[in-house]
Amino acid sequence: MTAVEAQPMDTKEIGRDRRRKEDARLITGRTRWTDNLQLNGMLHLAMVRSPFAHARITTIDTRAAEEATGVVAVLTGEDLADTQGACINAWAITTDQVTPAHPPMPVDRVAFAGETVAVVVARSAAEARDAAELVEIDYDELPAALDLKEAAAASAENGGALAHPDLGTNKSAFWRFDSAEAGTGGDVDEAIAQAREDGVVLEREYRQQRLIPAFMEPRSVVVDPTGEQITVWSATQIPHILRFALAATTGVPESKIRVIAPDVGGGFGGKLQQTPEEMIAFAVARRLGKPVKYTETRSESLLSAHHGRDQWQKLTLAATKDGHVTGLKVELLADLGAYVALVGGGVPVLGAFMFNAIYKFPAYQFNCQTVLTNKTWTDAYRGAGRPEATYAVERLMDELAAELGKDPLEVREMNWIKHEEFPFTTVAGLEYDSGNYEAATARAKELFGYDDLRAEQKRRRDSGDPVQLGIGVSTFTEMCGLAPSRVLGQLNYGAGGWEAASVRMLPTGKVEVITGASAHGQGHETAFSQIVADRLGVPFEDVEILHGDTQVVPRGMDTYGSRSLVVGGEALVRAADKVIEKAKPIAAHLLEASIDDLEFKNGRFGVRGTDQGLAIGEIATASFAAHNLPDGVEPGIDADATYDPVNFNFPHGTHLCAMEVDTETGETRMRKYTCVDDIGVIINPLIVSGQVHGGLVQGIAQALWEEAVYDDSGTLVSGTFTDYLLPTAADTISFDIDHTSSPSTTNSLGTKGVGEAGTIASTPAVVNAVVDAVRHLGVDDIQMPCTPERVWKAINTAGSGGETVDAAVPHLSTEEGQA
Amino acid sequence: MTRINLTVDGMKVSDDVEPRMLLVQYLREKLGKTGTVVGCDTSNCGACTVHLDGESVKSCNVLAVQADGHDVTTIEGLAKDGRLHPVQEAFRECHGLQCGFCTPGMIMQSIDLLNHNPQPSEQEIRVGLEGNLCRCTGYHNIVRAVQYASGQLVAAAGEAGGVAEEVTPA
Ligand code: FES
Ligand code: FES
Repeated sequence: MTAVEAQPMDTKEIGRDRRRKEDARLITGRTRWTDNLQLNGMLHLAMVRSPFAHARITTIDTRAAEEATGVVAVLTGEDLADTQGACINAWAITTDQVTPAHPPMPVDRVAFAGETVAVVVARSAAEARDAAELVEIDYDELPAALDLKEAAAASAENGGALAHPDLGTNKSAFWRFDSAEAGTGGDVDEAIAQAREDGVVLEREYRQQRLIPAFMEPRSVVVDPTGEQITVWSATQIPHILRFALAATTGVPESKIRVIAPDVGGGFGGKLQQTPEEMIAFAVARRLGKPVKYTETRSESLLSAHHGRDQWQKLTLAATKDGHVTGLKVELLADLGAYVALVGGGVPVLGAFMFNAIYKFPAYQFNCQTVLTNKTWTDAYRGAGRPEATYAVERLMDELAAELGKDPLEVREMNWIKHEEFPFTTVAGLEYDSGNYEAATARAKELFGYDDLRAEQKRRRDSGDPVQLGIGVSTFTEMCGLAPSRVLGQLNYGAGGWEAASVRMLPTGKVEVITGASAHGQGHETAFSQIVADRLGVPFEDVEILHGDTQVVPRGMDTYGSRSLVVGGEALVRAADKVIEKAKPIAAHLLEASIDDLEFKNGRFGVRGTDQGLAIGEIATASFAAHNLPDGVEPGIDADATYDPVNFNFPHGTHLCAMEVDTETGETRMRKYTCVDDIGVIINPLIVSGQVHGGLVQGIAQALWEEAVYDDSGTLVSGTFTDYLLPTAADTISFDIDHTSSPSTTNSLGTKGVGEAGTIASTPAVVNAVVDAVRHLGVDDIQMPCTPERVWKAINTAGSGGETVDAAVPHLSTEEGQA
Repeated sequence: MTRINLTVDGMKVSDDVEPRMLLVQYLREKLGKTGTVVGCDTSNCGACTVHLDGESVKSCNVLAVQADGHDVTTIEGLAKDGRLHPVQEAFRECHGLQCGFCTPGMIMQSIDLLNHNPQPSEQEIRVGLEGNLCRCTGYHNIVRAVQYASGQLVAAAGEAGGVAEEVTPA
């Protein structure tokens, strides 16, 4: 440690580039991943998974597997039917949502390829896997609902394939927001009709391809049923929600279950799930009375851990001839896969309030039909609903600019909320507390060298250079900090959105902080220490952050939706403030001063006008001894707080991307990427930079490389890292990032979320740049991922590179949707 | 079962292993060297990277029996006399990790890269790390860490740093 760090009392921690506390163990291999755990007598599980997308299970013959060396048991859905509980959907987006039952192991029918049909329990993982090959299962294949549009149109009457035949439909729920009905804006159909007469109407259809979160640590679960509590270690983002779900669906009292999320190797929404594998491991451990472990292979992970995105977006934008937007109508088809997952249909609904983005649309309508198919279930993936919304509107703003022959930044500026207009209530009914789009954009243009790159683009166009340059813009905002409990209640979500924290003042002067947020790479141990160190005036090193264990952290809502800092951080601040309030009368008593004469500064209660004082650590020690406390004051100055946010939180930013496109081969190359994000007050700039970089690459990967692809029989063909293209260091470039700051007014630190910003903003910036590079060749869309093949095809058919030929034909009639 | 004798992180070990056992399984399951991790089943991710006689290998792609008579170094054997290896220090200094799952492999591969090319260009670093996947960092700060370790970057960000830290056991 450097000398500076030895005197933290004078140093403001907030805003410092603290190196992370977490790293000392992670860079030395002193880690506790779930798969590292070994318990005495522990047995290992292997899953037998369905090769078919949709089939009836006729017979399961487990005899050969049972006789294999080291095998303890082979269990099927029937064996565990009464004890395995169920996978829950926490958010029925409508009261009449069609929600298929989701047993962790089905008894008689599989609904996607990769679903678990039997589990082998053996002394070693290798023996379990070997024996899994010996389980003989006969299936009767059923017609599979695979294509999203076809599945939406299928019904029992027209003979289309149904994902769950007994439900009679693939349509799960239809959700609408209409600004005229809500009283937040005008009638969108009128706005569109008007624009058809005297303005501009853009109709587009965009595809959000299916993605795989692909966290680097495969999921793993260990269940130890010995002892009075059943202990579950899981590579999860949501230990508290998992404990609730285990108890609620198996009947085991919640107080008998302890869930621990030890070191967790990334999540990105992909570990925001109550998984069948966790439920099966729990049931097997209880049945055998022995600790069990299951760790998935990467192929199993890609196949069966939930996927993300997968929507068709039909969009109609109305504007005046000079470029003022007058209405936006959104019609989505969202693929749920085989089951309605934990958040499930709530994912597209999280985007419902964001299509209008930073723009002043006078009229807005959002329609979403969720659809069941026989593919891997989908759920949250970094951004969850908001990347889809941002993609749609930011692509449209570029299209509008092109239509009008204006600069894309000019069209945006004409329509965005001016900085002096905050707080601003949007057409979707949200109140944006703060923002300054002008400032972020000005800084981004300067850093990017916008005018120079536009000049180069013109030169290349004029000279007919085979390598063309495109510039893509994305001026995004998002709603994060999930979420005010009252709003979640109105949306029929099954839980609240608060967060809890405790501050324990130990007698030695050290501070233990307990947070209900559950980190998996975000650096909470560091950033939260900085917040508490500042608040209590104690050294950064003296603060210990504890998280991810339901026995240590009795209440929590876990980590997702860029909520940890803006919700969990605020809970910390409030708990720390309560500690100071509790310590004050004790300090006054010990200093023989009046409470009113005390001031708390730099960790010390001082008596005004004297040099007398006591450090908060000394009060902690005194209150521990409790020899001399004021009458009626309890020993201990620990405090708890639970914070329920009053509003969402709205970070924003301007992202600019320059792409070179080889018009002869379709190959693309990123030339420059600049982003200026306004995330309010920054606690740790180094950690923020990491969140932005990582987020950018995930968003860029959606634009250029990643896609989960199924063949005609419903087999995932991008089921290994050889086929599912995660970007490598060689595929990416260094980024220019900076920040402007308009502090949030809805939390006391002024912070805004940052975890998802890069991912939400970057996808449209990249696609806009690719399209911009070849727009003069007649291209106005390229379906993601913009592979060289698709780009080349787009150029050579002088139109769309994807299947958007009938873009103007509505695929979703709202009457039908409502029915 | 085959008898193998090898050195792992400076310790001589001898075990009977199944011929099909992978080196990474041997390290994790037999020796408890869980600092080395498994991220895939197709040799794509590099999370399992260790050094075999000083050269980086993906330990999921090597059989334990192939390591017989050889010298293996894992992430757990890098720090010497309580001092971090400069590349470990650089990853911390430059925030080259988030969840840390790819980190052992990234560090082992970066050391190998620098052993062969002490002053790599940014592009050489990117190509040299192509076999190691990271889902968290977007590689930006990993590249910085390697530049920093090679002495080509003075400070990562903000305050001047880079003071080697004692490895604390707890
Ligand atoms: S575990 Fe992925 S390359 Fe070895
Ligand atoms: S730090 Fe998480 S995968 Fe690299």
